[in-house]
Amino acid sequence: MRVTAEEINSTLVREVEEVSGQKVSACFQCGKCSGGCPVVLSMDVLPHQVLRYAQLGLVDKLLHCKTLWICASCQTCDSRCPQNVDIPKVIEALRLLVLRNKGGNYLHPHDLSAKVLKNAPQQGLVSAFRKYAK
Amino acid sequence: MRYSYYPGCTLKTMAKVYEDTTLSTAKALGLDLHEIKEWQCCGALYPLNTDEIFSFFSPVRALLQARGAGEDKLLTLCAGCYNVFKRTNRAVREDKELRRKINAFLEEDYMGEVDVVHYLEVLKNDLGFEILAERVKKRLTGRKFAPYYGCLLLKPRAEMDLDDVENPTIFENFLSALGAAAVEYPYKTECCGSYLSMANEEIASTAVGRILNSAYKNGAESFVVACPLCKYNLEEYQKELFAVGREANPKLPVYYFTEILAEALAL
Repeated sequence: MRVTAEEINSTLVREVEEVSGQKVSACFQCGKCSGGCPVVLSMDVLPHQVLRYAQLGLVDKLLHCKTLWICASCQTCDSRCPQNVDIPKVIEALRLLVLRNKGGNYLHPHDLSAKVLKNAPQQGLVSAFRKYAK
Repeated sequence: MRYSYYPGCTLKTMAKVYEDTTLSTAKALGLDLHEIKEWQCCGALYPLNTDEIFSFFSPVRALLQARGAGEDKLLTLCAGCYNVFKRTNRAVREDKELRRKINAFLEEDYMGEVDVVHYLEVLKNDLGFEILAERVKKRLTGRKFAPYYGCLLLKPRAEMDLDDVENPTIFENFLSALGAAAVEYPYKTECCGSYLSMANEEIASTAVGRILNSAYKNGAESFVVACPLCKYNLEEYQKELFAVGREANPKLPVYYFTEILAEALAL
């Protein structure tokens, strides 16, 4: 794979950094985030890999990965990162890059199952739509 | 001891028992809770991006109401609300620019005058677990509860400032005061999947299955929680407990910590 200077300096990475308030270059790939992530087994790009792709400017790949929609925002990665990189904020910024486009919503009301509609607490429904739709 | 009380949407309906047992136990313990007059949904999750101001309005308005009622403490129950309020309060206190922007939209300026507390925190710090132990009428001796902390109560550590993130003990100390035994198991702070159960049920059920199996293997009879979404997830995916080869299928009930507090106070 070839990575050029143009990609590394991509404006999309700068946008992710601005929206998240995090510097992707701070990550030194120790992997503690991925080691602690409770839903890592379902992800295609692991948390520390998300940072690596961002460092290399390969944001487009990230915008199409499953990981963005599997992260539960549990903050376990954030609580363990030795560099204080707020990974949930980086993933949120990537999610927003998708959601803020027309037709970018990941979850629609008709996607909810009858069981969820009947039993789920509002806290769950509001959280899901905050994360998956704009 | 007086507090402004913010229920949040779930506490008034799906988690009504959480509110009812909180209000009855608070009254019995001499803690004065006053519900805020006008409140809206807090938004359930703290905004993780730097460029969205609107998400802060609801919690800040509630904090202004508490201040207006002459209270210096806002008490919440739902772990989601607690997380939103505590983090918002800290952001307003520490980020001058954010505070200026939020206040530009509101009728009054909020400067972070009110403290945000959780009922569990109040029982520990304002009342004291030793005093609580003295007030217990029915000791829950022999009962084995698995404390399940979830994520929102504790993380991020620097902002929530409630307890240690990797090995918290506030639930254990609470249970001890009631005479009950707290089961030790390694998944007490492992995420239940949170909102993933709304749209991605398979992942949520895997996450919950690990927690259920671990608690059960370590002798738990039930769970104690502080979050309506954790309770929903732990209950909904109990079929994971009935793993291949297991014949006896006891159910692990999930209680809000205030329900067992009410029982211990004989209410």
